[in-house]
Amino acid sequence: MLFLQPSDLDAILLSFKVACTATMLSTPLGIGVAYLLVHTRIPGKSIIEGIVNLPLVLPPVVVGYLLLVLFGRRGWVGSWLLEYNIQIIFTLTGAIIASSVVGFPLLVRSIRLGMESVDPSYRRAARTLGASAWDAFFTVTLPLSGRAVFAGMTLMFARSLGEFGATIILAGNIPGVTQTIPLAIYEYTSSPGGDRMALSLCLVSILLSFVVLLASGAASKSLNRK
Amino acid sequence: MQLAVSVRKKLGDFHFTAEFDLSGQRIGLFGPSGSGKSTLMHLLAGLLKPDSGSIQLDETVLFDSQARINLPPEQRRIGVVFQHSHLFPHISVRRNLLYGWRRTPEQERHIKPEAIVEVLHLGHLLDRGVNLLSGGERQRVALGRTILTCPRLILMDEPLSGLDEELKFQIMPYLNTVFSKFDIPLLFISHSLLEMRLMTEQVLVVDQGEVTRQMAIEELAQSAWAAPRQGYVNLLRLGRPQPQGDLWSYQWGDVRLVLTEHTENDENVFELDAREILLFKRHPEATSARNLLPCTVRKLFTVGNRVRVELQCGTQQLTVQVVPESMRELELAEGKEVIAVIKASAFRRLM
Repeated sequence: MLFLQPSDLDAILLSFKVACTATMLSTPLGIGVAYLLVHTRIPGKSIIEGIVNLPLVLPPVVVGYLLLVLFGRRGWVGSWLLEYNIQIIFTLTGAIIASSVVGFPLLVRSIRLGMESVDPSYRRAARTLGASAWDAFFTVTLPLSGRAVFAGMTLMFARSLGEFGATIILAGNIPGVTQTIPLAIYEYTSSPGGDRMALSLCLVSILLSFVVLLASGAASKSLNRK
Repeated sequence: MQLAVSVRKKLGDFHFTAEFDLSGQRIGLFGPSGSGKSTLMHLLAGLLKPDSGSIQLDETVLFDSQARINLPPEQRRIGVVFQHSHLFPHISVRRNLLYGWRRTPEQERHIKPEAIVEVLHLGHLLDRGVNLLSGGERQRVALGRTILTCPRLILMDEPLSGLDEELKFQIMPYLNTVFSKFDIPLLFISHSLLEMRLMTEQVLVVDQGEVTRQMAIEELAQSAWAAPRQGYVNLLRLGRPQPQGDLWSYQWGDVRLVLTEHTENDENVFELDAREILLFKRHPEATSARNLLPCTVRKLFTVGNRVRVELQCGTQQLTVQVVPESMRELELAEGKEVIAVIKASAFRRLM
């Protein structure tokens, strides 16, 4: 029997908010980085690639801690932001940043693979038809890698829904503010008698992930048909 | 069109050099696979950057390594029709056709999309996705898409090599119509001598990364004959036929030819193998062949056991292949009168 507390609904809503915002904000950036990696010959490409991929192999807790160092009250960015009265740690923004950083490599990886698989002849054809390099990218390469972009977004969205390690360190576990589903489950399991409630949130989590998978399958099919 | 090229390009182990200066409307680029034809095309279109040299089309300098000029492809206004049409798979035929047109400055757009759709018979395809088109249709759309950018020059990179024989000759009339109607200079790349002869007037011969010769297309066709196992086909451009009994009579210069094949077109190209023509010393009074043409021998040329006889047939020329023994028996010599005998069924319609 599914039994949800009002605070659980908050957690579900918050998870959605964080995952959606992180995905939406990261996508343009992910496309940009993938473009740099695929189409340009900038020096230090492998270093950029390494930095982008690092969160994929680092423990999320390490990522979270590094972010805390960076955005904390005495961190490089944090102290500067504080002058404008902006606080990142222990806020929704912090949760979004943590999710974005952790999910970003998955997004870039997918988009990059997609862009690399687009036959460069299409781009060349577009150039001879009068399109500038940018024009050709936006009207030919990007639409042709649309499925990969979407797949990357789905992966990132799913990853953000499940983000735990980095979030709990950077944003804390504040009910109604930064407590997403995984954090709520964590709190239930560490308090006595919370097993049942943890289990119902687990079910919600499974259900959500399944819906995301179904939606992504359906969308990629419809893109395929085109 | 005036095209002056002097470029060098190194691609791995492959060295490409080209030095030529030509003017004309229909130029061929002829050579075996891997000889550098496509490299030259990419260099001209701006898709590859030469290591050094210069390229000038009419008054515009497209590339000059000394003056540090290198116009990007979109500013060269050189259209390319690729071997594999490279139609954009994510948009419809209509949007493919208009892709370049929309990016062409308004004052340059002197070809109307409607005209192209009509000439290339694309009307019924406009709303389809490009993945549903046949090979011939794809090449027609690719051609239309390129022509709508109203380019100063169109490069065609083996546009017919992916198509089967029959389709090839169905597409070529479209090409001819389009290029004569819209008066766009053409650089046609191919390794097929027949395609070359049907599409171009003069050719650049490319071999092993070098542009070696520049000549009229007929000259190339004649010189290819000397190679072993290479024959020669006469290409006859004939007008609309008139019925003559069960057969059809076509005007060819100042003589009439009788053929078994009938067409509805005003312009037709037939091929006639040089070996299918018989020569007689005197007029045979009756023969099963329908065409008996009095001719004068213009030139004789012997290679091994083959003799090429070039005949003047009224205003037209005809090339015949015989063996040396026949030449001796017929006492063939320059200026000698002979009768060329051709069966009505010996002609094969190309387009």
